[in-house]
Amino acid sequence: MSFMLSSALRNLPVSSAWAAGAFTRSLSCSSPFQAAAQPKTKKTLGKTGVKNVVVVEGVRIPFLQSGTTYADLMPHDLARAALQGLLTRTSVPRDVVDYIVYGTVIQEVKTSNVAREAALGAGFSDKTPAHTVTMACISSNQAMTTGVGMIAAGQCDVVVAGGVELMSDVPIRHSRKMRKTMLTLNRAKTLGQKLSLISKIRPDYFAPELPAVAEFSTSETMGHSADRLAAAFGISRLEQDEYALRSHSLAKKAQDEGLLQDVVPFKVPGKDTVTKDNGIRPSSLEQMGKLKPAFVKPYGTVTAANSSFLTDGASAMLIMSEEKALAMGYKPKAYLRDFVYVSQDPKDQLLLGPTYATPKVLEKAGLTLSDIDVFEFHEAFAGQILANLKAMDSDWFAQNYMGRKAKVGAPPLDKFNTWGGSLSLGHPFGATGCRLVITAAHRLKKEGGQYGLVAACAAGGQVMVCALRRGQEQQGWSCWGSAILPVIQTSLRHLWLPPPPLVLSLFPGAEPDPPCLSPPVRSCAEPQGPP
Amino acid sequence: MAAAVRAIGSLGRLPAAARAGPTRHTPPRGYACRNISASSALQNRTHVSCDIKGDVAVVRFNTPNSKVNTLSKQLSAEFTDVMNEIWANEAVKSAVLISSKPGSFIAGADLNMLEACKTAQEVTQLSQDGQKMLEKIEHSPKPVVAAISGSCLGGGLEVAIACHYRVATKDRKTVLGTPEVLLGLLPGAGGTQRLPKMVGLPAAFDMMLTGRNIRADRAKKMGLVDQLVEPLGPGVKTPEARTIEYLEEVAIGFARGLANKTVSAKRSRGLMQRLTDYAMALPFVRQQVYKTVESKVQKQTKGLYPAPLKIIEVVKTGLDQGNDAGYLIEAQSFGQLAVTKESKALMGLYHGQVHCKKNKFGTPQKEVKTLAVLGAGLMGAGIAQVSVDKGIKTILKDTTQKGLDRGQQQVYKGLNSKVKKKSLTSFERDSILSNLMGQLDYKGFEKADMVIEAVFEDINVKHKVLKEVEAVIPAHCIFASNTSALPISQIAAVSKRPEKVIGMHYFSPVDKMQLLEIITTDKTSQDTAASAVAVGLKQGKVVIVVKDGPGFYTTRCLGPMLSEVVRVLQEGVDPKKVDAISTAFGFPVGAATLIDEVGVDVATHVAEDLGKAFGPRFGGGSIDLFKLMVQKGFLGRKAGKGFYVYQEGVKNRSVNSGMDEILEKFRVPANPDVCSDEDIQMRLVTRFVNEAAMCLQEGILSNPVEGDIGAVFGLGFPPCLGGPFRFADSYGARQLVDRLRKYEAVYGSQFTPCQLLLDHANSPSKKFHQ
Repeated sequence: MSFMLSSALRNLPVSSAWAAGAFTRSLSCSSPFQAAAQPKTKKTLGKTGVKNVVVVEGVRIPFLQSGTTYADLMPHDLARAALQGLLTRTSVPRDVVDYIVYGTVIQEVKTSNVAREAALGAGFSDKTPAHTVTMACISSNQAMTTGVGMIAAGQCDVVVAGGVELMSDVPIRHSRKMRKTMLTLNRAKTLGQKLSLISKIRPDYFAPELPAVAEFSTSETMGHSADRLAAAFGISRLEQDEYALRSHSLAKKAQDEGLLQDVVPFKVPGKDTVTKDNGIRPSSLEQMGKLKPAFVKPYGTVTAANSSFLTDGASAMLIMSEEKALAMGYKPKAYLRDFVYVSQDPKDQLLLGPTYATPKVLEKAGLTLSDIDVFEFHEAFAGQILANLKAMDSDWFAQNYMGRKAKVGAPPLDKFNTWGGSLSLGHPFGATGCRLVITAAHRLKKEGGQYGLVAACAAGGQVMVCALRRGQEQQGWSCWGSAILPVIQTSLRHLWLPPPPLVLSLFPGAEPDPPCLSPPVRSCAEPQGPP
Repeated sequence: MAAAVRAIGSLGRLPAAARAGPTRHTPPRGYACRNISASSALQNRTHVSCDIKGDVAVVRFNTPNSKVNTLSKQLSAEFTDVMNEIWANEAVKSAVLISSKPGSFIAGADLNMLEACKTAQEVTQLSQDGQKMLEKIEHSPKPVVAAISGSCLGGGLEVAIACHYRVATKDRKTVLGTPEVLLGLLPGAGGTQRLPKMVGLPAAFDMMLTGRNIRADRAKKMGLVDQLVEPLGPGVKTPEARTIEYLEEVAIGFARGLANKTVSAKRSRGLMQRLTDYAMALPFVRQQVYKTVESKVQKQTKGLYPAPLKIIEVVKTGLDQGNDAGYLIEAQSFGQLAVTKESKALMGLYHGQVHCKKNKFGTPQKEVKTLAVLGAGLMGAGIAQVSVDKGIKTILKDTTQKGLDRGQQQVYKGLNSKVKKKSLTSFERDSILSNLMGQLDYKGFEKADMVIEAVFEDINVKHKVLKEVEAVIPAHCIFASNTSALPISQIAAVSKRPEKVIGMHYFSPVDKMQLLEIITTDKTSQDTAASAVAVGLKQGKVVIVVKDGPGFYTTRCLGPMLSEVVRVLQEGVDPKKVDAISTAFGFPVGAATLIDEVGVDVATHVAEDLGKAFGPRFGGGSIDLFKLMVQKGFLGRKAGKGFYVYQEGVKNRSVNSGMDEILEKFRVPANPDVCSDEDIQMRLVTRFVNEAAMCLQEGILSNPVEGDIGAVFGLGFPPCLGGPFRFADSYGARQLVDRLRKYEAVYGSQFTPCQLLLDHANSPSKKFHQ
């Protein structure tokens, strides 16, 4: 209850209007069985015998291009800030939280269970267990669905899920030979043994081992795969640039209009408070057209401007069983329903997961594409999004590769990522999933929609799609107001790309900086983006 | 090749027409011009088509009803037509050459065309016509881009390197190379002149002298292609269709770029490359290179193959005396080589190989998806290796953990060596290995479609295994025996279902040796044979199918020859000398070394069995010599000692001094009349050929083609001779019989010529190969 008030007050005037009403309404929303009383015929998507799981709130710290304000922090610092933001906004009593799950892709070795380190630092109870999951770019989706599973199974009532990524710093190791020598050195007893070991060290032992740049199974970078995917679907450079420009323009508009309510300010030690995402940079097609291809040189179509950029950021989300949320006086923002993880060929269909997953989750939920009011798809690359739209709209593809009779259809663009996406807002690998879900929930509320669908693809060919039913502040806010969160995921393995600037600095002259002019991507020589 | 040449030749003859073109179809506007030429050509063009996309002409090769494009007469003529139209069409600024078949750009020329030429002059003329035409492409004012997907070999490569720019698909099917040398020829359409300039002298020699296939990524590094296009995955078309379309789009982009000068065809060369080029420009350095290469070639070919030496000579002339001299000698040498008997022999082998890559029994009813291999020894593990990497689920069974571990390690090592050579990724290796199940029991055999046993060569062991296996396998499962000499019908005697029993004789090392000899008994069913051949072909083997009998075909031919080797050794010829004499004849491995490789115990076993079956015809050398060697532990390479001493890491092996005593013990006097080097060679070879002819006569072999293939690919019969039957044809059956008679007089009945040879000797028009 207090949460409702506080959040409403702190938030935009728009939300305070409904917040007052919701205050009382939420109390009555006690059981999913009231759905029958619902005037509309929309389905609740609830399942008999399975608890309803709701999103109470979701926040994120501003997503920043890597190497900027968060550069000197550690991953758990970002996660901590997101968790504190969530606590502040919801005022949830810390000891109510049963469990914390975090997703991350590139682990800082010192805080490999970053969930636990961040939770302790954020002032959560030290009695609350926490674990970290990883599944490439859908790591926080995995964190969420892990939480959903725990609640649905009756093991927990309140779970905090989130994700974090700090691309400003990644672990760089000594070479295997050097590590082996050093470990053996530890066991050497006499000075003679030590010296003889040391004498075996050769100059090549000092060559550092960078985090893998490529998909392990195929040795192909994701950007390269995205370029091939775009080519396979005949997506032109211009189309990609136009889509990227759309993403940046919409994000700018959403930012200016204050729609990105999930952002919580973060006072960075020794620096100013960060309040806004800094990767949103609407440019012009002309400027973008000047960039050289970043992966398939010299004739490819994926450039720094039409790819998501290396990003630092963290997100956090409070999910509960519906009964618990209502009992505590919260008004759910969204209901999490069916989710699907799918995977396919990590070589040629690395980023094509949303196409495979969308029809599956719709079928599972008993919906069609036209029932969906809000689409939030993770934008790894403009070419990848456009290829997926084209694949979803192709009967040939559905018949030959998906074993379906007909296409599922492409989502209409006027319902699609209308507040920007990963191309413009940024893509901290581990944190994007939560951003997508909460953005979809906010859009449903703002636009008065019923169902949302969220999808994200990940390295190794994984995808997350998520359809949401808006919270219940409409007249039928009784619990039929359900949100579906189908998580569609494709693929096998996580992959991510290390930040190119890093590579450049280690091997000067290895790769000249492509001329990044004014387009949205600032310092990234090479756009990267495990979705 | 020849066709390539011809294509080019016919193109060369048409410049006049091309020049006349614009005046005939007067409209200067490209569109009108295009329409006229396109429509007139549409009715009769079947091999080459042309689309005009904006200002770029896209020329597509497509040999109808064939998996590959070959430079046939028809294709060449149409290509000529199309090029002339392009040169005449003012609206066209550049051109792209591409194939409609994703798997083949141009796989070379139609060999039949070359073989149809009667004289060297005819072939030389073809070559010269080709040279002229490719020169025309090279000097075309409109840039020509080759968009290469699939095989680009021989004449195909020569077309590609005459173009101004090359874009290739980076997939496994795309290979570039000049395999002419493997057919006893040289690249005859300017290839010997252009290649050194393009990739540098050392790399050009390497390509032309080995004939090796070069993958696209390697070709890019060498400077053989300018750009690579990654193969695409599925889109709204099949991956293959979309990839070649994408290749075309990219190539069109470059063609346009070349025409409007935004793209430069000049390659940026690395420092090493520039240094090498600089060095190669110095006559002194070049001489040094020629000398080194020549001595290497001499050493490897023993002067038995004329083509490599010609290639060196032609390249040398071109670089030292200029293009005109180079082209002239290239054409002349090409003509000369084409009529050599070496070239005919090698082409015969090529045709034979193609013949042996077909399944004459048709498609088997049930595809073999699960294979079980019994015995994880060298052979068993080798068979498993060539099966798992083709995606066949393979059970490798042994009786001891130690044996099994060794076998599994062998498979791993074999695959890992490919990873080291970068022809496989470590991930692919791992996923291939997941097809392999090593085990000590018969678990899972109920799912096996075929069992290949590679257990110890002993009839009792084979019987035991056959009975055990038949108790656990399903009704459709085939039992194949990998034996080198035990008759299959004897093994099948204890089988409950002899129609499902067949012999599959692999050669060691299985992953390197191309041949598979399949043995059918009277009872083996057609479908069983079809299935065995299908598995062999899937494993990448060249398959010959022979009738059952002691030693089948290959072992049986080898037997008399090895017996004669022993005899020669007994006569006091040093093993090193024996090796030198046999390699000088063209055998890749010396005869004494061969015994060490086969294993003296195995040889003894086989010699005894065959000796019993065939009597005096397998006489000559004393089998007791082998037995004594076995007793002393001189088992050959595997034991570290045989005729030679084998040490790890020592390259120049020495003769085993322990053998002196043994050889002394079995010493027989030599008759100087039949002991010249040539006589020794002929004693070995005539016995081989005589036995091969006997196999044909008895119906063990169904035709001489398979006999030649089996001898060359399985036993190392000199490829330059084309196999025992081709050799009999070229040497002359009469002469062969005379030789045999001469030796028969000295040694006895083991040299008695067989009836079939006598028949051929008596009627000179009779040939094994027409």
